[in-house]
Amino acid sequence: MEKKTNILKKFVGNQLFIPLVALLLLIIFNLINDPSFFVITILKTKEGFPVLSGSLISIIDFGSELAILAIGMTIVTAATGGQDISVGAVIAISGSTMLRVLCGTNPQPDKLLAPIFVAFLVGALAAMLCGAFNGLLVAQFKIQPMVATLILYTAGRSIAAWINENRLPIIGEPSFGYIGNFLPGVPIPTPVFIAIACMIIIALVQKFTNLKLFTQAVGINEESSRLNGINPKFMKFMSFVILGLFVSVAALIKVTRISTITYSVIAKDIEMDAILAVALGGNKLSGGKYNIWASILGAYVIQFLTTTLYKLQVRSDALPAYKAVVVILLVIISAPAVRDKFAQITKKIKAKKAVNGGV
Amino acid sequence: MGMTKTENTSSAVKQKKNILQWFNSLTDTNKLLLITIVAFVLMYVSAMIFEGKGFLKPQALCNILINNAALIITACGMSVVMITGGIDISVGGVVALVSMICAVYLDLHGGNVVVALLIALGVGLAFGLIQGFLVAYLEIQPFIVTLAGMFFARGLITIIHSEPFDVKNEAFVALKDTRIEIPFIGSFNNRGVFMPVYINIGVIVALVIVVLLFVLLRWSKIGRHFYAVGGNAQSALMLGINVKRTRFLSHIICGLLAGIGGFVYVLYVGSGSPSNALGMEMNAIASSIIGGTMLTGGVGNIIGTLFGVLSLSTIKDIVASAGLTDPWWTGITIAAMLCLFLIIQSVVISGKRKK
Repeated sequence: MEKKTNILKKFVGNQLFIPLVALLLLIIFNLINDPSFFVITILKTKEGFPVLSGSLISIIDFGSELAILAIGMTIVTAATGGQDISVGAVIAISGSTMLRVLCGTNPQPDKLLAPIFVAFLVGALAAMLCGAFNGLLVAQFKIQPMVATLILYTAGRSIAAWINENRLPIIGEPSFGYIGNFLPGVPIPTPVFIAIACMIIIALVQKFTNLKLFTQAVGINEESSRLNGINPKFMKFMSFVILGLFVSVAALIKVTRISTITYSVIAKDIEMDAILAVALGGNKLSGGKYNIWASILGAYVIQFLTTTLYKLQVRSDALPAYKAVVVILLVIISAPAVRDKFAQITKKIKAKKAVNGGV
Repeated sequence: MGMTKTENTSSAVKQKKNILQWFNSLTDTNKLLLITIVAFVLMYVSAMIFEGKGFLKPQALCNILINNAALIITACGMSVVMITGGIDISVGGVVALVSMICAVYLDLHGGNVVVALLIALGVGLAFGLIQGFLVAYLEIQPFIVTLAGMFFARGLITIIHSEPFDVKNEAFVALKDTRIEIPFIGSFNNRGVFMPVYINIGVIVALVIVVLLFVLLRWSKIGRHFYAVGGNAQSALMLGINVKRTRFLSHIICGLLAGIGGFVYVLYVGSGSPSNALGMEMNAIASSIIGGTMLTGGVGNIIGTLFGVLSLSTIKDIVASAGLTDPWWTGITIAAMLCLFLIIQSVVISGKRKK
């Protein structure tokens, strides 16, 4: 009996508990509302390849960018105790840079000017430079992360438009679209593989480097980590540069999905979703200890919620209202003050029961 | 000759030293306020010299006020929250929501202007109450709470009404077109007729709010509590200040002001649209920061916020009249300015700490 409650307690205390419960609730809701949500069908693409299709597939497909961003956002959150609200704008910058490299000044080129890989590298460099800029402001000038990244948040989309001089390049080359959609002959969307690759990379980095230990140390107590020989400024700076790298991967997926770019709309509100993923994963937004897998799970849960709302015929611009309600409920449930109160009440009930049982 | 020269330089050095000493003796709040006002005056004067024409007319300054009345009101609320050590990024959404609700009520339901104002206050208050409760009493991060508030407000707008439309309510239009002329100040037009400068009702509301808040923050007990809690919540608690209630109140003030801001906004644009007040929260935060309010809390001044809004708007005008009309230049300059002021703040404050 006691062992059982212990296991239960361990499970409830686990960071994965909240996102898993949220996921479970969403699954149950969808089962009751419309079981066809879980149907996976096989469609044929234009080229005649069979591909999987259905709500579940679209969740893991469109959740890819969010999961990739959530990895970087978790590291920034852990090290700096703040969040980067410029990721959406930096996606626009990075994506715009990639298209500029591929197209030059011709909006509809017959031939790509550079290999896609080179374009990605340049785009990644741009995103990492943006990250370095944010990191410099945060680490060197000690500006709160949310405010420092506000600068690129306001300017990012303008810079993105400026890079391509407001042209709308469209890429006809089919191999470009493979990255954001399907590889010929593979029924699973390519972004899923990219997301998995990112997860494997971060898992290996965590296993073989001190990244996790050092970022957590800086997040928990900057001064004592400095006394222990960690350079907190460098760690904060690096966390933003690492986020920049992940942002560029997300940008690559975003751009290749539609083979073009819309500066004001691409990755709109994604910074909010990425921060929510971190929060939903039970990571402290004030920095310190983190669990990357909880954030990734949080990202997919948020995508699950988005897809569910779309299925309920919610208009895309009304979507945020519903999301907000869910988010508020989630943070209220996970708020320490509420949890303490709840624990007190259950304790009282238990005490009462014990007294009654004694009599 | 040689003597006087050295004397001169030494007195100049002394004077410089005196100014530096005087500057260092100022509190953080006054230091940043001074920087803001000097920056604004420099900017405006240089605009007068280099751009001339439009900026030389006194109406130009009034137009800046007219165009930004709603932003001034909203930024004031933001400053109060920021001084208390929090942040409210829902204000843009609340302004937009209030303007949409008022527009729908006035135009489609033929409503009364006074009732519309009460609705505006009610909506703002509701946001302030709920967000304040979650932040202060449940101790959830203000950023997350108000982020959800922003999402909620923006989503709700499109549920209420999704198409832009003009408000044709007669009483409302009359109020919107009311011009208040200021006697004796003005300029002569091409025909030599004296044109007094004018402002509108929104500007008066904004200026009254600035004065009221200035008094509140400067001389009232609760105003001092805002600074104390923002400066160091732990010591404020030990001084017997009710930290939770203070935080709660700051959000209520911010919500109420966002409601008023929404009404002034719809009074200015005269239409309801889902794209109303887009990005206003960022402009409000930027104005507060440029005005010398620090996001770490405890430092800030409402007068500074007013100058922050004016600076922001002036730089936009300068950029536009300098021929950089491509849409991206506004965003880039605002960001550059924000960056500059953040670094100034950081240098000024950390320079003091080192001593």
